[in-house]
Amino acid sequence: MRTKKARFITSMVTYGVVIALFIILTVMIDNKSISRTLKGQLIPICSWIVMAVSLNLVVGISGELSLGHAGFMSLGAFSGIVMSGWLLNGFQMEDPSLRLILAILAGGLVAGVVGALIGIPVLRLRGDYLAIVTLAFGEIIKNVMNCVYVAVEGKQLHWGFLTNELPGTLLLNGPMGAVKVKAISTFTAGFLLVMFTLIVVLNLANSRSGRAIMAARDNRIAAESMGIHITKYKMMAFVTAAVLAGMAGALYGLSMATLVPTKFSFNESINVLVFVVLGGIGNIPGSIVSAAALTILPEKLRFLQNYRMLAYAVLLILAMLLSNNPVMKSLLKKLIPWRKKPADGEEAMRA
Amino acid sequence: MVFLSNLVNGISLGSIYAIIALGYTMVYGIAKMLNFAHGDVIMVGAYIIFCAAQYWNLPFIVSLLIAMAVCTLLGITIEKLAYKPLRQATSLAVLITAIGMSYLLQNTALLIWGANPKVFPDLMNLNTLQLFDGQLSIKGEILVTIAANIIIMIALTMFTSRTKMGKAMRCVSEDRGAAELMGINVNRTISVTFAIGSALAAIAGMLLCSSYPLLQPTTGSMPGIKAFTAAVFGGIGSIPGAMLGGILLGIIEILGKAYISTELGDAIVFAVLIIVLLVRPTGLLGKAVREKV
Amino acid sequence: MSENKLRQNTPMVPYPSGAIVPERDLGSIPVLECTHLGIDFGGLKAVDDFNVIMGRTEIAGLIGPNGAGKTTIFNLLTKVYQPTRGTMMLEGRDMGNMTTVDVNKAGIARTFQNIRLFGNMTVEENVRIGLHNQIRYGMFSGILRLPKYWKSEKQQHERSLELLDIFDMASLADARAGSLPYGAQRRLEIVRALATHPKLLLLDEPAAGMNPHETEELMENIMKIRDQFRIAVLLIEHDMNLVMGICEDICVLNFGRIIAKGTPDEIQRNPAVIEAYLGKQKEAKA
Repeated sequence: MRTKKARFITSMVTYGVVIALFIILTVMIDNKSISRTLKGQLIPICSWIVMAVSLNLVVGISGELSLGHAGFMSLGAFSGIVMSGWLLNGFQMEDPSLRLILAILAGGLVAGVVGALIGIPVLRLRGDYLAIVTLAFGEIIKNVMNCVYVAVEGKQLHWGFLTNELPGTLLLNGPMGAVKVKAISTFTAGFLLVMFTLIVVLNLANSRSGRAIMAARDNRIAAESMGIHITKYKMMAFVTAAVLAGMAGALYGLSMATLVPTKFSFNESINVLVFVVLGGIGNIPGSIVSAAALTILPEKLRFLQNYRMLAYAVLLILAMLLSNNPVMKSLLKKLIPWRKKPADGEEAMRA
Repeated sequence: MVFLSNLVNGISLGSIYAIIALGYTMVYGIAKMLNFAHGDVIMVGAYIIFCAAQYWNLPFIVSLLIAMAVCTLLGITIEKLAYKPLRQATSLAVLITAIGMSYLLQNTALLIWGANPKVFPDLMNLNTLQLFDGQLSIKGEILVTIAANIIIMIALTMFTSRTKMGKAMRCVSEDRGAAELMGINVNRTISVTFAIGSALAAIAGMLLCSSYPLLQPTTGSMPGIKAFTAAVFGGIGSIPGAMLGGILLGIIEILGKAYISTELGDAIVFAVLIIVLLVRPTGLLGKAVREKV
Repeated sequence: MSENKLRQNTPMVPYPSGAIVPERDLGSIPVLECTHLGIDFGGLKAVDDFNVIMGRTEIAGLIGPNGAGKTTIFNLLTKVYQPTRGTMMLEGRDMGNMTTVDVNKAGIARTFQNIRLFGNMTVEENVRIGLHNQIRYGMFSGILRLPKYWKSEKQQHERSLELLDIFDMASLADARAGSLPYGAQRRLEIVRALATHPKLLLLDEPAAGMNPHETEELMENIMKIRDQFRIAVLLIEHDMNLVMGICEDICVLNFGRIIAKGTPDEIQRNPAVIEAYLGKQKEAKA
């Protein structure tokens, strides 16, 4: 039974652990007692945590499978890069922190606007159709980003679609993506973005709107009969997640020297989905742990490189079988007696 | 002439989509699930043919038959291991499992055959048909593809309307519970559906790689997704719908690439999917032909 | 005036249009007015020519054999299904263009024959979902935890407990809704529906699965709700003790059509009703 109090404690522990880890890691960086590889991974880890938590808002809390989450990350990354380049070249804004903040906001804004435009038609669909259409949008975003050219000349931004004959310095170069990006992302910024994401998602989930989102997920007809506008609340979750993914993209994009649009393919969307599923659908702290662990582990286990995706695939299937098959579920309960009781009301509801 | 040539290429590509789409549409109609791994069964089928023909030097037809047998077994195994335990689960869980299965197949293939693309051999050795004094040349593979599509389509329609198993399939797709009460073995029917779909996938794999002879572990995924688009386009659950949807989609893709932009070819196909789902979620033949299989 | 007396003291009188409503409701506009309502499923007329007028505080019953179309009428009234024919008016407002959500906002709340609670949420959260449009605050107040959030959450909490108290369920507020016994789940559904501040409450087999004692209590509570909230109640029920005990007006449905209408006494004596329930040996129905 998850009462309000239990949920409050979980949230507080989550915030506490994230803050503690940040402090420990910062101290370790100052003491130079952290490996170079891990240090280089800190910002990507923060980005993937934000991606996983925001996708969990859609998959876990809103109950819709979105297969195009990397598309929003892509939009955020490239608009963040353009924003940063524009501010630097056009306005000589040297302060990297301010530029980073504005870039992250721009990334969130662009992803949010596109998320809203996509959400209006998509969220009328259900189940498998919705999933496949989000996949389609993700691929369309990837394809379109491959054809977009942006150049900056003074304070002027020039856009080109399928043409790179633009005046000034190219910021985005179609399929070549962004090159010579000034990496301005910092671990502190990453930590703050993770905290921001947690506050948004956890507070949203434990509010009037969050309850409406979950009601729409659990029983569509009952929720509508209680006067809850299903599409509105699905949209709220979807767009919020898109904004957060865009911000994560900007953070990620501005930590790299180069970035190509094909980086954000369907595979990346599935990667994030793996984080969510293995951390537990609807379980926010779980997403953080699995996103962090599954970003660090592959680096540590480089010799197993070829088996990584294979292992992910097997884990995905096993996770689903163990959590959804009645026989497996009872087996699991016998093996791990202290595991919290699975929801027995669910079957009755679906019947 | 260029247009005509594009059109023929489109119909050929569309025929491949149509054969793949049949697998999606039948499984969706009967098991009510999107078998995301279907595209990867195609890839497995193509690799088997490649190995049989290239390494063991078997004749083309024997290779194809071996591939069909392997894919059939693979399809049934996937269904038994991964999907059957989830009959009562939410569509979210089933779809995630299917995505996992797709990745499992791709990465197993990666381990076995490696990431480097294999050049698919020219197995059929067909002549090119020259029309209009050589202005329009149609490759033999294209004609075989189109013919195969028509034969498969007719055979499947006969199967579902004439045979006992075919009728059982239609019953299960209409109402699984009622079919069970009528003594139809639902599990067996679903297995047979997967078997047929997977055997067709092997044929599709052969045709796909004959026309686009680069074979790698991800070969099946994009055509798979596009074929699902075709199935939705034509009306999910409908056999003629899968054929119509597949061919139209193939034409749209080739013409889009030729006249709009090569880079945006895929984007155009997906845009079609989105528009169809929003304007007519039941697809072109979804309602008119009440033949749910 | 005690609750039970209210009904007995109020004779049923005709509206100017000829429909029968309790005398006390004569002054106000009828809460529900259906004319020639009907829906076809394929070729089958699942509901046909359904005419009903309900007074402001009337308790009415909808009875009939299984498959007569009773729940279909609830689904029409809440726009889960779109009617093929006819009109529905809620307090004189045409419901033709309303969606399920609009209908609820306009004042119809329902319970479900197969309970549709949010089983993984707590009892209180279920009621809070009913309060969704009653005590409101925006998404940003929620995310930023503005004062509005704290104030409204407190209001929601207090109001939920008040409502749960009607059925003595306040002590269960933190229990998981799916873990409640069957009877309590049915009561919770009624509370949740009440939370949406309806003018008309639709109860689909509220006494199903309840023991006689619980049913007795339920009858008391339905009348209490009616008097306290001054609302109308339309209920589908197979328990004739409940129907005859609290309904002022009963509508009997068979094969999607009304075969009889009237007070409990009239219905009990109606030969068409007896035939529909017990069957007739010789002639088929004309």
